[in-house]
Amino acid sequence: MTVCVLNVDLQTDATLQVDISDALSERDKVKFTVHTKSSLPNFKLNEFSVVRQHEEFIWLHDSFVENEEYAGYIIPPAPPRPDFDASREKLQKLGEGEGSMTKEEFTKMKQELEAEYLAIFKKTVAMHEVFLCRVAAHPVLRKDLNFHVFLEYNQDLSVRGKNKKEKLEDFFKNVVKSADGVLVAGVKDVDDFFEHEKTFLLEYHNRVKDASAKSDRMIRSHKNAADDINRIASSLYTLGTQDTTELCKFFLKVSELFEKTRKVESRVAADEDLKLSDLLKYYLRESQAAKDLLYRRSRSLVDYENANKALDKARSKNRDVLQAETSQQICCHKFEKISESAKQELIDFKTRRVAAFRKNLVELAELELKHAKGNLQLLQSCLGFMKTNT
Amino acid sequence: ILLSDGPSPAITPITPPTSVIAPLFIDTLCLDKCTTLREEVDDSFDINISVSDPEKVGDGMNAYMAYKVTTKTSMSLFKQREFSVKRRFSDFLGLHSKLASKYLHVGYIVPPAPEKSIVGMTKVKVGKEDQSSNEFVEKRRSALERYLMRTVKHHILLKDPDVLQFLESSELPRAVSTQALSSAGLLRMVNKAADAVNKMTIKMNESDAWFEEKQQHFESLDVQLRKLHISVESLVCHRKELSVNTAQFAKSAAMLGNSEDHTALSRALSQLAEVEEKMDQLHQDQANADFYLFSELLGDYVRLLAAVKGVFDHRIKTWQKWQDSQILLQKKREAEAKLQFTNKSDKLQQAKDEIKDMEGRVQQDERDFEQISRTIRKEVGRFEKERVKDFKTSIIKYLESLVLTQQQVIKSYFTFRYVTASV
Repeated sequence: MTVCVLNVDLQTDATLQVDISDALSERDKVKFTVHTKSSLPNFKLNEFSVVRQHEEFIWLHDSFVENEEYAGYIIPPAPPRPDFDASREKLQKLGEGEGSMTKEEFTKMKQELEAEYLAIFKKTVAMHEVFLCRVAAHPVLRKDLNFHVFLEYNQDLSVRGKNKKEKLEDFFKNVVKSADGVLVAGVKDVDDFFEHEKTFLLEYHNRVKDASAKSDRMIRSHKNAADDINRIASSLYTLGTQDTTELCKFFLKVSELFEKTRKVESRVAADEDLKLSDLLKYYLRESQAAKDLLYRRSRSLVDYENANKALDKARSKNRDVLQAETSQQICCHKFEKISESAKQELIDFKTRRVAAFRKNLVELAELELKHAKGNLQLLQSCLGFMKTNT
Repeated sequence: ILLSDGPSPAITPITPPTSVIAPLFIDTLCLDKCTTLREEVDDSFDINISVSDPEKVGDGMNAYMAYKVTTKTSMSLFKQREFSVKRRFSDFLGLHSKLASKYLHVGYIVPPAPEKSIVGMTKVKVGKEDQSSNEFVEKRRSALERYLMRTVKHHILLKDPDVLQFLESSELPRAVSTQALSSAGLLRMVNKAADAVNKMTIKMNESDAWFEEKQQHFESLDVQLRKLHISVESLVCHRKELSVNTAQFAKSAAMLGNSEDHTALSRALSQLAEVEEKMDQLHQDQANADFYLFSELLGDYVRLLAAVKGVFDHRIKTWQKWQDSQILLQKKREAEAKLQFTNKSDKLQQAKDEIKDMEGRVQQDERDFEQISRTIRKEVGRFEKERVKDFKTSIIKYLESLVLTQQQVIKSYFTFRYVTASV
């Protein structure tokens, strides 16, 4: 399957290589074949595959988030749920409207929608793969037991979807978290590095969100325009076959031209989607994960400060001093551990981000140039033909 | 930059076609008639009309737009070689109304005037100098220019005194019956409806397959052009949307670049914003070209085809009139025959006189029918020739606009690639 396109320097070294070698789309679920190659002693075999569904990826992600040991790391963001609803609806509508269009139109539209379905499918596979690659590349997370179970255990993990009670609990947890987040964000950090990172990430995250949304809208307009050119090509073809003057050849030639240019335009929209929209969406999720890390660190700082206050109080009352001392030491240790790994994680995040953006922007420019040149050539050769033949 | 400066398409002296445009269903009779068409083409046809400088005159609901109509010509038909007059929209409608009443019913395809728009005009009158009212005025100016050029390209209409007066005379009597909801307008609408009902009951014995074939051809052409027009209008709309969304994305990318703390990447993102701003402008320009070179062409031809249909309908009416006269003649002959067996000699003479009159009328009606049939044949040939030329010229210009856009895209992304590679 495709190599991770979003993160450049994920060293896929020989000790642990993970990819999604196959995927199957069934009625309401997608089955991913997770393929592992590893020389680590932890696994029974050197190469093996299991079948996993989206919920199991989420289970793995959540287990990282809930693990206190990993509080100091940027948890790789969970892949979004596969969403074929819109595409399926369109295919269904097409089936219903089959009687109202010509056979050529129907076949053409069907091919379009099938291509769209396939593109969404490829994307969801890529995003699930990126998640696994990120985990496999992380020096600590790759050793996680749940991760190994995920990769190796060849039965269903029986990760049933969260029941109602749990969903509600999650909801409240998130509410508290965001209230906390506001509270904690207000506390100025002593450490310049983290103070800067906090300010930076809050603003950056919001702007990536905005850019991602605007990019999506722009690309959708592009797709719409390409669809119009498709219809124009069809109409011109019909005109060409019906006209009784020398325009018939002319119309057929222009129709042929537009058929080709609109394929190019569709590719432009698809490439922009891949290189720009997907990039922005991914870093929206990553910057959120980085923010979560900062939040966890702030929480542990608050806990540490509270423990200090409790210790002072205990000492002044000369009661439960030892308990307070132990508690304070634990909090201090936890805070320092998180701060240390968080610093490295944030530096790595920046490196990854810059590399990914550079790669994608360069590739975007290359593709735009390639497609524009392609279009230009098609247009010029058609014009040349028409001018010499009139 | 993408629209040609002068009226579109510009007219240059044309050489007669080397091969006769041969519709697939031509019969030998028509071939003769088509060769006479060559003679009609005037070798020294040289006239260029431009409509420009829209200017608001007056205030409030009585305000109107005055357009400058400039004619440049070397034809002896005109008193000068270059001259201008000021005209308002109702003047154009008045001209069309006069030409239609003179020429439509004898088979000439009179180009229709641009459509009225109460909403569009009200905005302009109310005085908002915003983009949408500017666009409306530009649309109208262009439509008026195309209308005049199509009218003068018709060799008969060009010589009409009303046309000459319209182009040359500094003062023009106000055309009164063109007000949007005037009583005259309502009367015309009622007459049109009555005509439609009449048409449904006329079943003509078409002795000439050419007309039926042509009618079918124009009907299917109408259907296809309408369909194409809708798609092109949709393209214009989506391209305008794309332009707006691209501009918004550009701003967003600039903001993102500002908050990016890696200097080189920040610069690259600013460059991305710049590229997208350029794209926004290109999309806007292309949407204009989509509209003026493609969409308006189709709109014009949908309206022209309505005029063509009108002309075919007039032929049927003329035929019907001839039939009615023949029936009436027959009745009078029967009446006269009956009178033969009575002793009313004075009534008999009257009947014979009436029959003579009627015979004259029948002959005239037959001549009218044959005349309109001949005229339509010529007109259709002329129309199809124009259509071929119009479409070819416009579409080639449209493709050239697409070429220009792609060249600009390449230029922009070239610079962008250079900058991003240095991140």
